[in-house]
Amino acid sequence: MQEFTQLFIALDETNKTSAKLAALQAYFQHAPPRDAAWAVTYLTGRRPKTPVNAGQIRRWAALAAGIPDWLFDESYEAVGDLAETVSLLLPVEGKSAPLTLAQWLEERLLPLAGKTEEEKQLAIQTWWEELDQPGRFVFTKLLTGAWRVGVSQRLVTRALAAALDMEADVIAHRLMGEWQPDDSFYAFLQEPDTSDADVSKPYPFYLAYPFDDEPTSLGEIGSWQVEWKWDGIRAQVIRRGGQIFIWSRGEELVTERFPEIAEAAKLLADGTVIDGEILAWSVEENGAVLPFSQLQRRLGRKTVGKKLLSEVPVILMAYDLLEWGGEDRRTTPLYERRQQLELILTKLSDHPVLRLSPVLVGESWRALEQKRQESRERLVEGFVLKSKDSAYGVGRKRGEWWKWKVDPFSADVVLLYAQRGSGRRASLYTDYTFGVWQGDQLLPFAKAYSGLSDAEIREVDRFIRQNTLEKFGPVRSVPPKLVMELHFEGIRRSKRHKSGIAVRFPRIARWRKDKPPEEADSIETIMALLPASERNLQ
Amino acid sequence: MILAPDDKGLYCPAGDFHIDPWRPVKKAIITHAHGDHARPGSKSYLCALPGERPLSLRMGGSVQTLAYGERLTIGNATVSFHPAGHVLGSAQIRVEVGGEVWVVSGDYKREPDSTCELFEIVECHTFITESTFGLPIYRWQPADQILNDIRSWWQGNAKDGKTSILFCYVMGKTQRIMAYLKKYENDIGKIYAHGALQQMNEAYRQSSVALPTAPNPVDMEAKHNFSGALIFAPPSAQGTPWMRRFKKQVTGRASGWMRVRGRRRRLAIDRGFVLSDHADWPQLLQTIADTGAERIIATHGSTATLVRFLREQGLAAEAMVSTPWEEAEEM
Ligand SMILES: [Zn+2]
Ligand SMILES: [Zn+2]
Repeated sequence: MQEFTQLFIALDETNKTSAKLAALQAYFQHAPPRDAAWAVTYLTGRRPKTPVNAGQIRRWAALAAGIPDWLFDESYEAVGDLAETVSLLLPVEGKSAPLTLAQWLEERLLPLAGKTEEEKQLAIQTWWEELDQPGRFVFTKLLTGAWRVGVSQRLVTRALAAALDMEADVIAHRLMGEWQPDDSFYAFLQEPDTSDADVSKPYPFYLAYPFDDEPTSLGEIGSWQVEWKWDGIRAQVIRRGGQIFIWSRGEELVTERFPEIAEAAKLLADGTVIDGEILAWSVEENGAVLPFSQLQRRLGRKTVGKKLLSEVPVILMAYDLLEWGGEDRRTTPLYERRQQLELILTKLSDHPVLRLSPVLVGESWRALEQKRQESRERLVEGFVLKSKDSAYGVGRKRGEWWKWKVDPFSADVVLLYAQRGSGRRASLYTDYTFGVWQGDQLLPFAKAYSGLSDAEIREVDRFIRQNTLEKFGPVRSVPPKLVMELHFEGIRRSKRHKSGIAVRFPRIARWRKDKPPEEADSIETIMALLPASERNLQ
Repeated sequence: MILAPDDKGLYCPAGDFHIDPWRPVKKAIITHAHGDHARPGSKSYLCALPGERPLSLRMGGSVQTLAYGERLTIGNATVSFHPAGHVLGSAQIRVEVGGEVWVVSGDYKREPDSTCELFEIVECHTFITESTFGLPIYRWQPADQILNDIRSWWQGNAKDGKTSILFCYVMGKTQRIMAYLKKYENDIGKIYAHGALQQMNEAYRQSSVALPTAPNPVDMEAKHNFSGALIFAPPSAQGTPWMRRFKKQVTGRASGWMRVRGRRRRLAIDRGFVLSDHADWPQLLQTIADTGAERIIATHGSTATLVRFLREQGLAAEAMVSTPWEEAEEM
């Protein structure tokens, strides 16, 4: 448990992916397989149900600390994390009990399920006493499960692959399969015969490089394939060995989350790999892409219910053909791959789920540039430009594939409310709500958490503390004085928001110290940014 | 009322003086030289004798002093200073008028600290206590253990050829750690102190606190090698170009606020040391009980929380309002 506690704290105290990776790798190199398996279970969000809830933890900790509930709550507000609060409040500092993580879970925590409330309370309070403060923190984290250590499944996969000297793809595949947190975990992951995994193996994604030059610098327009830059989830659909695998760009197997695509992919011949974008798609009329926010509803869950399936149908917008007839086609020029892709999809006679990403044709770069201005109305991010001779490369390279995005939306907004951050930002007011003018009133418009420098964050924090008008729980209101330039990617109508508008990826571009609040934007100016189809709805 | 806040600070009508006023007054009696207690501009200053040098440095002029325990009559009030254990010269101020005794704690801690005298319990009717760390999450480990952690952190960094930079408040924390490290200065490596700390270090030395030699890094020749050294710096130096002269640096911060993970990480430092010159929650409660006071007035920090808790324990407690005080500071 001590090793695991150290791992957790190491992951938690750094923002650097490289440091997280190193900590994970070191842990996996030394941890017993059973412990490692449990660690993976928790780190990838698959933790077992714990037999106690947050309310009980709160109550028992307050009792153990000998403080009233309200004082526990105030402490919690100052700390921002339940498990940490518990660990700091309890006076006795025990020595970390010499049990492994697996023993803690299998012999102690999970068997609590059948116990009475009193038995649970006694057990947990006793264990708290056994542990030192960091141990108590991590143990309570096992109970509450609110883990925000910034570790993705992909990072865990990479660390395991490095520690066990295996291919990351093989580990990723095997982690998706059936396994138990037991002593055979490493042996299972390390099984040298990788044919089980090979069949699912995706190709590394080839990514477009940001383009910020004059398009004429690219030369002859005819040597470029121009497509919309669709705003969904980049994915590879693999049809091999009678099976279907869908990989997201995050190197995650997401087959079960998109059953309609998996179903449609059965129509593909064995030995086919298509690169494309998963999009939420309205089936009405000719069909159109739905905002990313709709697709997000499909992402949160491992399995998808009937209702959601019918409310948010998805399609694969096919970009490229990487494998055909069981052969890797990535080095054949793009125009040939495209031809073959068109042929395959035409044979499926315009399947509603497997669609071909349209190629845009223009007389000149200027004509295309005009077309590009339609991006927002079409809910796409701009263009992708691909050299027709290009091979399908690896990673992000300059020169052959470009993404030519439209500029983000921008608005000048006024700080109205602030809330303490969570986790690593629990001590500072970092979560802001901004308003825009509606007549002489400021209307809450968007929330943003990022974009300021550390020094600016501290300055805003100080302003908030010194100028608080009212406190509502963790939220403080402040006089409308600070103006920020907010950038965002998408905008749509929303009944859930007071302003009637929701924006996507709002972030602070800069602090407009030069602007008085009266000069911030009005809701009318912002409404004008809506796509035409939504502009006149009320 | 023996003491009551007016628009300039905590005022004593019987003696016509203020304690730790935040605006200029005629006569200011000062608990200690930290910026939130001692502000320049008043006509005269009075502090405990060991606090003379730090206070006159901060106020930029001479100050009057009184030895700990010595009594001084001012108007109808009798005033005396008693060690608060917070920083060099820090004092609780005892004010007696017509047999009624009030004590203003200033900032205090109960743990021994080699740079100042140990806190003394002063019995009183009304105790005005600080409550900077007035939440039960604040519980300190023994300071010796933390100081030892700082030493081994430095030692480990030095072994790796790294420069340790420790951010501490200019007065008190810096000297407390420096004094502890004096015996290691030649074993582990050289110690330096940022320019902003030099004068205060000197004030401590002149007050007979033994500190290791700690030159200003800026005074070294251009390509000076700082590897293995320990650099003391005020928190405001973090992230400034001044830091660039130290290659392979590791940063640390010593403060009671480091107890909370979020604060630690927010500062983007490599290591936080929970070392405070203030009372933690158990010490606050212990001290309040020890004074035997029948009335407690909380100031500075989590006043509302402490007051509510004390009231639920059956004590007459209230919060003193109107101190302009910044939550994020620990001084
Ligand atoms: Zn203070
Ligand atoms: Zn102080």
